[in-house]
Amino acid sequence: MAEVEKTIEIAVLRYRPEKDTKPVSQTFEVPFTDDMSVLQGVQYIKDYLDGSLSFRWSCRMAICGSCGMMLNGEPKLACSTFLREYYPGTLQIEALKHFPIEKDLVIDASDFIDKLGSITPYIVPAEPRSVEQGEYLQTPAQKAQYDQFSACINCMLCYAACPQYGLSTNFTGPGILALLHRYNADSRDGARETRMEIVNSEEGVWGCTLVGYCSEVCPKEVDPAKAVNLNKVNSTMDYFLRFFASGKGAGK
Amino acid sequence: MVYLLSIKRFGYNQQKSSLTYPLETVTTDLVIIGGGGAGLRAAIAAAESDRSLPITLLSKVYPMRSHTVAAEGGAAAVTQEHDSLDYHFDDTVAGGDWLCEQGVVEYFVNHAHRELVQMEHWGCPWSRRENGRVNVRSFGGMKIDRTWFAADKTGFHMLHTLFQTSIRYPSIHRLDEHFCCDLVVEDDRVQGAVTIEIASGQFVFIQARAAIIATGGAGRVFRQNTNGGIVTGDGMALAYRHGVPLRDMEFMQFHPTCMPSTGLLFTEACRGEGGFLLNKDGYRYLQDYGLGPAEPSPRNKAMELGPRDRLSQAFWHEYQKGNTIEGLHGAYVQLDLRHIGKKKLLERLPQIYEMAVDYQNVDPAESPIPVLPAVHYTMGGIEAGRKTASRLPGLYSVGECSSIGIHGANRLGSNSLTELCVFGKVAGEEAAAFAKSAPLGAAGTLRKLAKEIQQRTESIVSNNGGTERTADLRSEMLKSMEEGCGIYRTGDGMQVTCDKLAELRDRYKRVKVEDTGSAWNTERLLVLELGYQLEVAEAVVHSAIKRKESRGSHQRLDGFEERDDENFLKHSLAFYNGDDAPRIDYSDVSITKSKPDVRAYGAAGEKAEQKNERSDNG
Repeated sequence: MAEVEKTIEIAVLRYRPEKDTKPVSQTFEVPFTDDMSVLQGVQYIKDYLDGSLSFRWSCRMAICGSCGMMLNGEPKLACSTFLREYYPGTLQIEALKHFPIEKDLVIDASDFIDKLGSITPYIVPAEPRSVEQGEYLQTPAQKAQYDQFSACINCMLCYAACPQYGLSTNFTGPGILALLHRYNADSRDGARETRMEIVNSEEGVWGCTLVGYCSEVCPKEVDPAKAVNLNKVNSTMDYFLRFFASGKGAGK
Repeated sequence: MVYLLSIKRFGYNQQKSSLTYPLETVTTDLVIIGGGGAGLRAAIAAAESDRSLPITLLSKVYPMRSHTVAAEGGAAAVTQEHDSLDYHFDDTVAGGDWLCEQGVVEYFVNHAHRELVQMEHWGCPWSRRENGRVNVRSFGGMKIDRTWFAADKTGFHMLHTLFQTSIRYPSIHRLDEHFCCDLVVEDDRVQGAVTIEIASGQFVFIQARAAIIATGGAGRVFRQNTNGGIVTGDGMALAYRHGVPLRDMEFMQFHPTCMPSTGLLFTEACRGEGGFLLNKDGYRYLQDYGLGPAEPSPRNKAMELGPRDRLSQAFWHEYQKGNTIEGLHGAYVQLDLRHIGKKKLLERLPQIYEMAVDYQNVDPAESPIPVLPAVHYTMGGIEAGRKTASRLPGLYSVGECSSIGIHGANRLGSNSLTELCVFGKVAGEEAAAFAKSAPLGAAGTLRKLAKEIQQRTESIVSNNGGTERTADLRSEMLKSMEEGCGIYRTGDGMQVTCDKLAELRDRYKRVKVEDTGSAWNTERLLVLELGYQLEVAEAVVHSAIKRKESRGSHQRLDGFEERDDENFLKHSLAFYNGDDAPRIDYSDVSITKSKPDVRAYGAAGEKAEQKNERSDNG
């Protein structure tokens, strides 16, 4: 009961640092069936057409966050996007935008990883509690405050979508600001003040110009734009609270 | 002292196209190979046991890409008042068809709850009850609801929680995207590892006083599997090549509800939340296989909440009877979640919902999902004692790569996420203690060994005159493993696979590598991974062919249909034997308080339990 195989043209932007002075496009003819993902398409190229093509992948089910690529100009996960969506046209695949290319479809993720490590991405307990005392209580309503923002798979599609990050990589960026908010909004955490310094800084939420494309491309409905907007409110409140706390507001 | 590399990741000028890199050296006290849940938990435990101990954590991907990320259902620990540690022990040991190390299981169930609370303190977003306490759900083969969960992304949340928490510890130095080629063994103990920095192709020797392998399973030796591409048995092969046996490798778990073609997983929690398995007539066929009666919602340890081996075997029988549905990618049955309702599906099983819609164009609230069994978990692994140590001094293992003995012949779902917490902690503490007591080896001698490993590795992956395509060798291996070593096995079928693997190992020597570059040469890595896979696959099938009985996930059709405690209540041990097939030996199983008995589920299981309780009381 084999399905009729069709052939799709895939143009991959290659960059081999030891060979190419700049990226070049290479076109492959890839046979496919309707249930084949773009990832399976590039795997076919690697296995049977050109073993030197490099890309990251692992889980195949949109949870490990490895296989973000630009597909016809849009940042997407290759494993959960299907070749049929691009047939009969040509599918153009490029490395994620706004990141330096290491080779072919592999980008340098170190800026993202460094930023992740810089925002205190863990619980600093608001109240100490020993393991013997059991779990912290957290109601479903309290959990709902950060739930959505804890779903980020670090795929970096939102960075490829963010025009501000494209202009300057100093901007903390959508995914990491969402992660920062995930911890700030967690009832168990007590390190909000430390993180608000990042939120308030020039590289923090005020770098965002409200394009909202980050949330559109997010494969996990994390809605980083919402996290950024909530923190613009928080940052403003924070500013006034500090203003009054410092006594500058007294007597007016 | 740890000397971290400052590696130039970019720039044409820094790259060398030939394979004549010098060997970089990093000196550390403890090297951990694998940055998934087990490796991260071990790293944190080691760091907490001694903040000044230098730890190097290697991962061939960024840690949050590790396959722990794909675990869906949950983590087991006795939590409710009416549950007991003995129940969890009994479920696990009977579930494993009495091939579990009972002393180890006892330690495991005793420490499970504490470790999950620890994960909660670190921020893991466990699903909650209205009162704020952690919620639990039903899982296959578990008598009482005791599975902690974070929607249906439990592994994802545990992995990210551990990864992010590990950032708190400055003594954990990560080498992300480093591929491990070999262990350095000298003076009869492990003294380091050799890796390739994937971005540059640079070889790095990590000199250490102790090592923990935490590289995950080997599900990718089978064609249809739930595993990520990285699950290629690397660490198992590394230990195996250095004389540490792989234990109980014939026990591969087939998960009964996977996506046809890709093998992607639909968590057991689908059934824990009330899902049904239906054959082509819409009939809940499990009632015909000693799992009934079929009640309106699956009861613990019955029907859809029976253990995975039994459910996968029932699928095979339904196929033989012509009761499955023929699809594009072979026969399938139906996972029916419609009666659960869209609202609850989106709350409890959001990822499952999304996968069915995106990958199969099926709305689970409207139609049943086509499913079939696929390889999911490697029950066996690197032989390890209760404290995670192997028989090679300085070498520890934890997680799916390890055979510490809690899964026996069939793992119960939700025991392995707990395992990586409980024994990750043990491994970190034990290996740290060993590292502190072990002298630092002679750098010159070790470097020379590392250099030899580098040369050996280069000779495998720079075979320009090779004729064999990696993808061909790999797909022949996958097909042969599926055909000869699947849910039901025969001696003849397994012999064909043994012969095929021997042929493939020979052809592997003539493997072709087209990419001659150094930066991100993933073709070389695929070749090295295939080398690991072929050797681990051999350990699986040679252990299987010698086990002339049926137990847990190892079921035979050629005159050995029954469990044979007299001859085979023992662990198999596969020893590496160079180019030849592995040598198979056996070791005793520790039986402390549960004597082998009939494994019964459904109504028969309840009857047996009542009888046992009466005799306990009497």
